[in-house]
Amino acid sequence: MTMRISRRQAIVAGSASLAMPAVARAQSASIKLGLIHPVTGPLAFSGSQCRLGGQMAIADVNGGGGIKAMGGAKIEALLGDAQLKPELAASLVDQFAEAGAAGFTGCFSSSLGLAATQAAAKYNLPFSIDSGVADSLTARGLANTFRLFPPATECVDGAVLELDGVNKAAGSPVKSAILVHENSEFGTNTATALKEKLPGIGIKVLDVMPHATPTRDFSNIVLRIKEQKPDLVIISNYINEYVLLIRTLVQQRVPLVAMFSVLGGGFSLKFAKEQPEIAENVMDFNHWYNPRKPESLAFRKRVEDAGNTFSWEVLFGYYAVRLLTDTFEKAGTADKAKVLPALAASTYFPDMLPYAPTKFVNGQNQGAHASGLQIQKGEIRVIWPEQFADAKPVFHQPKL
Amino acid sequence: MPSADIIAAALLNGLLTGGVYALVALGLTLIYGVLHIVNFAHGSLLMLAMFGAWLLVDRVGLDPYAALPVMTAIAFLAGWALYAGVIGRISGGDDRRILLATLGVAVVLDNLALVIFTGDSRTIDTPYAFAVVEAGPLLISVPKLISFVVALALAAAMWAFMTRTDLGRAIRAVAREPDGARLVGISPKRIFALSYGIGIGCLGAAACLLLPTFYVSPQVGNVFVLIAFTIVVLGGMGSFPGAVAGGLIIGVTESLGGLFLGESLGPIGIPLIFIAVLLLRPSGLFRTAR
Repeated sequence: MTMRISRRQAIVAGSASLAMPAVARAQSASIKLGLIHPVTGPLAFSGSQCRLGGQMAIADVNGGGGIKAMGGAKIEALLGDAQLKPELAASLVDQFAEAGAAGFTGCFSSSLGLAATQAAAKYNLPFSIDSGVADSLTARGLANTFRLFPPATECVDGAVLELDGVNKAAGSPVKSAILVHENSEFGTNTATALKEKLPGIGIKVLDVMPHATPTRDFSNIVLRIKEQKPDLVIISNYINEYVLLIRTLVQQRVPLVAMFSVLGGGFSLKFAKEQPEIAENVMDFNHWYNPRKPESLAFRKRVEDAGNTFSWEVLFGYYAVRLLTDTFEKAGTADKAKVLPALAASTYFPDMLPYAPTKFVNGQNQGAHASGLQIQKGEIRVIWPEQFADAKPVFHQPKL
Repeated sequence: MPSADIIAAALLNGLLTGGVYALVALGLTLIYGVLHIVNFAHGSLLMLAMFGAWLLVDRVGLDPYAALPVMTAIAFLAGWALYAGVIGRISGGDDRRILLATLGVAVVLDNLALVIFTGDSRTIDTPYAFAVVEAGPLLISVPKLISFVVALALAAAMWAFMTRTDLGRAIRAVAREPDGARLVGISPKRIFALSYGIGIGCLGAAACLLLPTFYVSPQVGNVFVLIAFTIVVLGGMGSFPGAVAGGLIIGVTESLGGLFLGESLGPIGIPLIFIAVLLLRPSGLFRTAR
């Protein structure tokens, strides 16, 4: 059985949940999970998408009879809005731990995740990261923190491998690139790693251009790109700046072989549909579902039929919760002393994602991989790796 | 060192962007000039106006420039009603209460937008979105050029309205001496609501001019509001010519700063100019021109 939840309902439910006295919640025999995301502020869209996925997972588990090994115990969501404030994310962990949370998921942003996982470590409560790619999230030796999804290093390595393959298959038209990135941890780390690795595949990095979030105008950056005549522009930034930058590149008629992004925040179905002319053939290395699995398409339809936009964050929010509930089921308890070793040994497989078998090492799933994607005819297609691809790459920039 | 062509393009782009900044700041400076309060709801109302413009384009099918008079009128009425029905009533004539009322309105509007529109960003696609005018090596964006011309024309019309019409003189009278204005039969309450409406009407126009080149989301007001506050202080709080000159100066500073210092360090030019003006001419560049 599945339930339909719109993002609007999710936000309203979140407000109501926070407003409800902790005492009222504590009377329930259910298992409480803290879902901590930025649902207001600059990352509100992505945070709300993660929350939506988490709530869909809870609805599925409860609709399927709850945690059967625990007598059908239901999952109850404690919803928290961390805005874009790490200290608030940590404070929400404290509040929810006091309210009896058995575990947490969150927080979309790495900076929020770093604070929240550390706060949860004080209580030794399990934290299942639903997005946030910073390697440090699982590299600090916190025994309570688990990430089913790939870290930044894995995404950059995969992107370089894909770019090399696609470029060589097209006769190596790309020999130079300029990197444009947002200037916080995510964009800076990605650009630094790319700058180091691209010369290894025969691509010279002509320039690296950081920018703030928000940036109102990309004319200067684009003028400087145009002057240096790169074959490729590689972008790592968030949703609004991503679209503004690509619009300006097209408007200023910068002659590129291709536009490529690594974890491009604005690379989405919405971008493909709202800006079809400029989105066509833009390539990204990012999270996506396995298009060869019918379940993936059914999940996407379920999200869209409920009036929501589908994005990978919904899937990640969903599986982050399912990892915890699967562990409760297998451990037969929500007791953290038993759940944490069970998580470390978990082989729970997110079957809609293009992953290798699950194996956690220091909290990081070694089987997690992102995919090479391209917008083709208003749809996001997987073009790399071959085993999950549903389209062939087209290696040239859209012309207007 | 960037080439001369790039510097010229950056200069031009800064001026074009500055025109729209000026229009956003114009409403803010009018509200300050008359009501003597900083309108904390300005960014939220710009956001709401942009969503209004987006609805007119996306749902009604209007061109954003054809939507401009409609959205300006809607924004004027909404601003007038907001002041007459909410802010004015809450304030009871106390400036501090008006300040808090605008802050409260901002919080309510931001969260209302989040519930109604979700946190998602939206853009529009127009046939002329990528049109350019070629001026030698420079490619000038047509939507930005239109925005610049319309913004300056609206600023000039506002200035003419304030200096050449009886209503404009009444607004200026209330701004300078409310008690004296009352003695000659002008109702400051009505003028306050009218001025607030005109200030928000400017945001309606700015929203339609921004939409072809920018995105709209519940957070978009924050992207412009700090710039608008800076422009108002730079130009002189309450000064129309100051808002226009300040907008252009900030636009050019931002553009050249980004070009020479990079987009991360570039924005430092704006606070530097701001601090210099506060030190050397604390009342702003055009304080006496009100």
